[in-house]
Amino acid sequence: MSALTLQNVHKSFGRVEVLKGIDLAVAEHEVVCMIGASGSGKSTLLRCVNLLEPVDRGRIVVGDQELTARGVDVNVIRRRIGIVFQAYNLFPHMSVLDNVTLAPRKALKLSRADAETRALELLQRFGLADRRDEYPDRLSGGQQQRVAIVRALAMRPGLMLLDEVTSALDPELVAEVLGVIRELAEEGMTMLIATHEMSFARDIADRVVFLDEGVIREEGPPDEIFSAPKEPRTQQFLQRIIEAGRL
Amino acid sequence: MEGGSRSSKILDLRGEGSRSVAVAVVSTLVFFGVIVLLVVNSAGWPEVKRSFFDREIFRGSLPDIADAFLLNVRIFLIAEVFILVAALGIAVLRSLPGPIFFPLRALAVVYTDLFRGIPTILVVYILGFGAPALQIQGVPRDPLFWGIFSLVLVYSAYVAEVYRAGIDSVHPSQEAAARSLGLTRIQSLRFVIVPQAVRRVVPPLLNDFIGLQKDSALVALIGPVEAFRQSQIEVAGSFNYTPYLATALLFVLLTIPLARFTDWLIARDRRRQR
Repeated sequence: MSALTLQNVHKSFGRVEVLKGIDLAVAEHEVVCMIGASGSGKSTLLRCVNLLEPVDRGRIVVGDQELTARGVDVNVIRRRIGIVFQAYNLFPHMSVLDNVTLAPRKALKLSRADAETRALELLQRFGLADRRDEYPDRLSGGQQQRVAIVRALAMRPGLMLLDEVTSALDPELVAEVLGVIRELAEEGMTMLIATHEMSFARDIADRVVFLDEGVIREEGPPDEIFSAPKEPRTQQFLQRIIEAGRL
Repeated sequence: MEGGSRSSKILDLRGEGSRSVAVAVVSTLVFFGVIVLLVVNSAGWPEVKRSFFDREIFRGSLPDIADAFLLNVRIFLIAEVFILVAALGIAVLRSLPGPIFFPLRALAVVYTDLFRGIPTILVVYILGFGAPALQIQGVPRDPLFWGIFSLVLVYSAYVAEVYRAGIDSVHPSQEAAARSLGLTRIQSLRFVIVPQAVRRVVPPLLNDFIGLQKDSALVALIGPVEAFRQSQIEVAGSFNYTPYLATALLFVLLTIPLARFTDWLIARDRRRQR
């Protein structure tokens, strides 16, 4: 059974159709990286999977639950899907520990003690335990993004969505965040990742999907996509990336 | 800080050279000296001096007015507590999304439009004389109650708008982050949006409270003897206006600390955001 299935997903903003019929399946423990130019629909697709954006047409199924069915409790579904944003979106008025424990306490109804134990375990693992009482604006971008990942993990999600999580970071901070994601992949976390880091995608992905103007133009194993892309649009895109020195 | 707002730095000469301080002192003395000279040399000054600046009457009336002023303090302290709560409720109603909440949003809009539109003095009169006249069982007849109630109604409309500006100023990505973690809409508002909004609106909110402190005098119009009413009584007894000046002084003495505190908060927020 696949962890995530999208069938013919359509999404428009006003008259602009951003997703034009997406079909995609992500298997349990699979890491799928989405590449594509800005505006190709990667972020919108992730936001649709999390129901932050309602889809216009099509089906989204997570595990055995259809998100797009009528009468589903979106809050329950969202607890099982973690999402990490490009701009971290940490809560600036809360300490690191409170950022991580808020949702487990309020959404999962864990006691403060249980939520903190769970949070500290994760913070410890990702080298953030000594930052537990800091406020987000006192942390580096890399630390903030790692906290955001920990915050999502604290809900013990079955699926993680990562939306350009390194794009807002200074280059020297990218590695520490990618390291965390690599660790999650090795653990078998199912992930759908939108990224501009081509070498990282090549390295970590089980499968790479090239999104172009709202459709999946090409997909396959990373070696195939990066070394021998079949579609002219994929070739063009990768050519531009190589010229920019990013691959 | 270069290019910072002048209002919070106006009394702040720290960091300027001693020459600047000297210039400031001299220009201030000259400026106010000229004004004082103009007033003191005017034709009507002896008369005005006698009827507004009578030392004996000032001394004699101040204790009673100060006593009555405690009622003003009580009025606005009680009103402030209810305003803080009611206004937040209205602001939250107004920011509820979706078609299903339309009636509540509409109600909140009508409320704020209505009570920001009617002059406070009219609300005080209408409720103060109208509500007790209904003689409904259980409805208080105490004019003080209706005076405070009127202030709460009017100022909640203003403060609700302040809160709403604060709620709107929190970036939508904050709500997205909260909702994506599985928090409900209400939980997102309560734990993520509103706490950030309230922090941002403390300075404008205190500004409204300065207005409220002054408007506590309007309650006098329907009966209770607060500072302004007491000074009227004193004036009527002596045919001298000095008690008004004493009352004004009391109000100013109370608003100045709050005003400086507001400035300090604004300056602190600006420092934090750098």
